Amino acid sequence: MENILALARKTAEAAEVFEVAAEETSVQFETNRLKHIESKQSTHLALRIIKEGRIGYATTTEPDDVKSLISNAAETARFGMPAKFELPSQVSYPRIDIFDPAVEATPLEEMDKLGQELIEIITKHTPEILCEAGVSKDTISVKLINSSGGRAEYKKSIFSAGIMGSLIRGTDMLFVGESRSFCHPITQPEDIAKVVIQQLELAKNQASVPTGRLPVIFTPRGVASALVPSLVTAFNGKTVLQGASPIGQKLGKSVFDSKISLWDDPTVAFRPHSRPCDDEGVASRRTPLIEGGVVANFLYDLQTAALADTRSTGNGDRGGGLPTPSPSALIVAPGQTSMDDMIKDIKEGLVIEQLMGAEQGNILGGDFSGNVLLGYKVESGKIVGRVKNTMVSGNVYQVLKEVTAVGSQAEWVGGFLNTPPLYCPRLSVASKG
Amino acid sequence: MPDIETAAGQLAEDLKKYKADYIEARLEQSRLSHITYRGQELESAGQSSAVGGNIRALVKGGWGFVSFNDLDDLPRRIELAVKQATLVGREESRLAPVEAIVDTADNKQDIPLAIPLAEKKKLLDEYNQIIWRTPMLRTSVIGYADSHKQTIFLSSTGSYIRQPRTDITLRLSAVAAGDGDVQQANLSLGSRGDFSPMRRLHQQVGEMAKKAVAMLSAPQVKGGEYTVVLDPVLAGVFVHEAFGHLSESDFVYEDDRLREIMVLGKKFGSHELNIVDSAAVPGLRGSYKYDDEGVPATKTYLIKEGKLVGRLHSRETAAKMNEKPTGNARAMNYRYPPIVRMTNTYIEPGKASFDDIIAGIKEGVYAKNWFGGTTSMEMFTFSAGEAYMIRNGKIAEALRPVVLTGNVFTTLNNIDAIGNDLDMNQGGGCGKGGQYPLPVSNGSPHIRISRCLVGGG
Repeated sequence: MENILALARKTAEAAEVFEVAAEETSVQFETNRLKHIESKQSTHLALRIIKEGRIGYATTTEPDDVKSLISNAAETARFGMPAKFELPSQVSYPRIDIFDPAVEATPLEEMDKLGQELIEIITKHTPEILCEAGVSKDTISVKLINSSGGRAEYKKSIFSAGIMGSLIRGTDMLFVGESRSFCHPITQPEDIAKVVIQQLELAKNQASVPTGRLPVIFTPRGVASALVPSLVTAFNGKTVLQGASPIGQKLGKSVFDSKISLWDDPTVAFRPHSRPCDDEGVASRRTPLIEGGVVANFLYDLQTAALADTRSTGNGDRGGGLPTPSPSALIVAPGQTSMDDMIKDIKEGLVIEQLMGAEQGNILGGDFSGNVLLGYKVESGKIVGRVKNTMVSGNVYQVLKEVTAVGSQAEWVGGFLNTPPLYCPRLSVASKG
Repeated sequence: MPDIETAAGQLAEDLKKYKADYIEARLEQSRLSHITYRGQELESAGQSSAVGGNIRALVKGGWGFVSFNDLDDLPRRIELAVKQATLVGREESRLAPVEAIVDTADNKQDIPLAIPLAEKKKLLDEYNQIIWRTPMLRTSVIGYADSHKQTIFLSSTGSYIRQPRTDITLRLSAVAAGDGDVQQANLSLGSRGDFSPMRRLHQQVGEMAKKAVAMLSAPQVKGGEYTVVLDPVLAGVFVHEAFGHLSESDFVYEDDRLREIMVLGKKFGSHELNIVDSAAVPGLRGSYKYDDEGVPATKTYLIKEGKLVGRLHSRETAAKMNEKPTGNARAMNYRYPPIVRMTNTYIEPGKASFDDIIAGIKEGVYAKNWFGGTTSMEMFTFSAGEAYMIRNGKIAEALRPVVLTGNVFTTLNNIDAIGNDLDMNQGGGCGKGGQYPLPVSNGSPHIRISRCLVGGG
């Protein structure tokens, strides 16, 4: 890496080399049995330069091929955006625990066993269910050096386990599932299985809902599928800078219900999205986004922050390309109301676990509309069965302006979001009945 | 590190030395370039190159898969794949037989990377200026990418196939804003290497920007059931989501209940409905000569005269269902094993003109263009980029974009008119099993669906 940096400095006024090396092993089950074992070794090297004031960028998987990496970056710098930022010179970062050597050391046999146990618990409950399951372990090494003298290096371990079951009766299909991800090995299948079994229990009967406006409780998974995609876009500093975020002009203003607080937090120990610094070497920190309904901050990388005349929040993320602002892990503050009390409060309404296709509408404007892939009808304070052939539509900003209650129990969804259930007064429901 | 030709030469010998029922390898060398705009300025331009490969081994019905960037010491990778497969395998390996093929396919492709970055940028600048000339326009996003890939596939049964693959995508979005409201309109296209379709878009880009602005004042449709007419682009997304995925046999082959539902001969639609998947049509984004298991591409009727007549296979699913392989095993790149995928999927044209199709509709929705689509097998949703009310047989006021949903087993039966104007959409990408976006195309003539559920305000 040092030689790439030194060579790049000969043609450019500033340079940064970023390297990710990963080893991933996964054990996969299909139709209730072990089917496939995979291991992936990857190396990815990215060079960002500032040449004559402009950003150039190139990547390669071949660390030996320095010459074409540098010439590719130099060619793109002819057209690149003018660089408005300086590379950070930081060399020490807060300690955040994200590596457990026990992950790498977990033998394939243990991973196989965990998958088998998960499937056994679920099929014992519902013998005719067919499950796909996966157990995986990853070790990721990240290194970054730049021409300001900045240097960051860390190693992360991730262990994940998940299961999806399908239950088919005639042409009626029910899909249930849950997955978990930590920096420690997962050894017990029970927590994951419990969620799936509860879904199976609640979905045993079918119920129909009328077309109209009904109260809706979004479970943590429901919040993730229906409400979060729009918020992620709206709090992105780049969307704000472009003037395309509906809350871009609302900093310090109350836009959401006062019961709602949301922050981005890459510093929680042993969470898969935690890290000591972002992909530009800016130290990780907790960034409040909504404080009691008030818009508190937006998320920035170095370049976007410089253009917006503010500072990076340490959210520069490379999805294989140039750094761009992206949340690390979003956390919604829990409230006061238990899930049971929310359900008891509803005369006729819905509980939504998963809204399919909700992220395909006008995300920028906050509109969402999706098919209730997994959701339940509530009648007189009780869940009475699963609903189908039902669409739920709304607008995130209208829905979150006035929520009836915020749940007291928060859960992690897919490693990226920690949220309690949210109880919303009235949403548009269209149903084939 | 050796190049892929040298590595492949050695592998051809090595693959035969191990104790496995079958071993294959895929090596790839690729170059990519991209340009993105966000707002008036170019946001990012980049070039990348990658070399990598994988080994896949089958032992007693169990698969091992190893992918890597480092081409040194490939015997160690083969050993690992075989060891993994051995750990999994507990039954009999079954793969539909195919002939060993030694071929260098289709080497005369256009290579868009040869066009200078400056020329591509100039064109995108022109489009961006057109967008920004539109009043009420808040911002724009443009993403252009091209890639050229050389792959070598080889197997323990003697196949050795060199195949290049080129792909271009361009997506433009115009974002209009006013009074706390934001609306966007998109234009997506792609090609199998020919850059010329990217050059002639000036008028379409201008219309797209105007549509985004018009949506700001458009009302939202009232949620409920409507007679819906889909344009060829959206009907293509519909056929992909509503039926295409269900015809992928890896969902079906080991699931007895699904096999009962998907029995050949079952009626899914009217006598006029024919659905085809074909990688063998040349020049589309889903086209190829051989799939990623070295099986020649075919044209497969999925539905003929309303009845289920075929499905898409890998070698394993074909063997286990006692059907012929169709050459539909595809992998995004060397990091992934091949899985059953669509290629170019379309509804064959019927006889109706557009006027015939909308003539009898008292109140309905005309939905055009696409944002996206997804399926759970039974249920699917897909979203339109543009929508209009149909009133008394005529296209009426513009609506906000709509999301439509349906049930695979009833909605195809509700297609009651098929147009004569087949058009293929090259701007999509398909996702499955973490492999996204895979180049596909899909298409259809205009179609009419009765009793389609539309989400609304």
